[in-house]
Amino acid sequence: MTEFSDSFLTAWQLLAASDARLSAIVLLSLRVSLAATVIACVIGMPIGALLAVGRFPGRRVLIVLFNGLMGLPPVVVGLLVYLLLSRAGPLGQFGLLFSPTAMVIAQAVLVTPIVAALTRQVIADEWSEYREQLRSLGASRARAAATLLWDGRFSLSTAALAGFGRAIAEVGAVMIVGGNIDGVTRVMTTTIALETSKGDLPLALALGFILIAVVLAINAVAYAVRGWAERRWG
Amino acid sequence: MITRRLFCSALASLGLLAATASQAQERFVTVSSTTSTEQSGLFSHLLPIFEKASGIKLRVVALGTGQALDMARRGDADVVFVHDKAAEEKFIAEGYGVKRQEVMYNDFIVIGPKADPAKALGRDILEGLRRIEATKAPFVSRGDKSGTHAAELRYWKAAGVDLDKAKGPWYRDTGSGMGPALNTAASMNAYILADRGTWLSFKNRGDLGIIVEGDTKLFNQYGVILVNPAKHPHVKQADGQKFIDWVVSDAGQKAIADYKIGGEQLFFPNAKR
Repeated sequence: MTEFSDSFLTAWQLLAASDARLSAIVLLSLRVSLAATVIACVIGMPIGALLAVGRFPGRRVLIVLFNGLMGLPPVVVGLLVYLLLSRAGPLGQFGLLFSPTAMVIAQAVLVTPIVAALTRQVIADEWSEYREQLRSLGASRARAAATLLWDGRFSLSTAALAGFGRAIAEVGAVMIVGGNIDGVTRVMTTTIALETSKGDLPLALALGFILIAVVLAINAVAYAVRGWAERRWG
Repeated sequence: MITRRLFCSALASLGLLAATASQAQERFVTVSSTTSTEQSGLFSHLLPIFEKASGIKLRVVALGTGQALDMARRGDADVVFVHDKAAEEKFIAEGYGVKRQEVMYNDFIVIGPKADPAKALGRDILEGLRRIEATKAPFVSRGDKSGTHAAELRYWKAAGVDLDKAKGPWYRDTGSGMGPALNTAASMNAYILADRGTWLSFKNRGDLGIIVEGDTKLFNQYGVILVNPAKHPHVKQADGQKFIDWVVSDAGQKAIADYKIGGEQLFFPNAKR
């Protein structure tokens, strides 16, 4: 048990010292995963809404596909994006490999299906409730999808948070496409993996505690903002 | 509607803020290297010294030697800094590298339980391995085509042990880097071949200690190679060459010799000029 108390102590000391390198790593983690989540929402939410209200051939197949892709293994996504961005790959000329941009791309690919699948569920529930109403107003399906997205914005924040949680917690994809380069692409999860490799388990666990605390803080803020916004505009 | 527009623009600006990673165009060279140089802390020690001398940053991606060479073959590195002479020479022969220069060496050691059930302590490396195999004492292998893995396989062969036949539950092929493999060995109280640098900086030692060391056969040579610009035109030839010239120069060699953990020198410069 001493390991756990040691780690807690180390975590406090790191936070208290507000170590510059640590804050840079935490900030990069947040920046990469937030960007990936925003991109995933911009792409995934309209897809989810259209899957919920649309009627087109292959819709069921797509629904199953997106549900299934929620379980995409990060290592596989990392490898695919690596091969795409590698100099020998089709997008090699942009030289994006081992940059934060590459990490954002990989995490966005990972998270988009999660956002799309959860959005579809939320919107499908709303659709069954408001369908007749929207129909009687003569709204097209695309129009209905947009309206329901806006209407369900507070519930959809959960989809965004689920995506963000997945992005900030994964290590497999960012390790491969980022390369864990000190000061450039080193984020919380890859730092934890590195310290574990060095056998410094208390430090690795301490960093883990900090990561969990950051994720909790973000969820708390999101919850508070949602409550406030619902009262204000709901 | 106003709130809706506000909401959308807030979302968009958040996205922009998050996406504009502060990627100021800095001068850097990408080096693919091995986990041993990264996890022993050598690169963290060399990076600032080289940057101060040249104004060039090093971006080090640490992988096993096999993977590091593959990454360079794909054109994703400017310089490789690894330790598997045979694989490096093959890399040059294939035309991916310009020239191999020797930089430094450290040595491999056999780590094992202090109780030493195989009675391998203080033997030469080949006799030590034979005893481990004979007693079927647990042995952890990197199994990841790294330089250390390649060396381990060479030693087994030289010791006359046919791994394909001898492999059993005692031989654990972990397919992982030096650090994770040491973590596994510590938790299983197993023998393992490691490089001294990683061992010295390794903290989770459990009941393990050095069992075999000092045999001249355990010499582990590191080489540095510029990736061939003829194969990959975007390779930063000038700056990459600057790093290579520096690391084999007196200043670079001294910086390597100066790196110590607990007063012990980890790497021994031996560049030929």
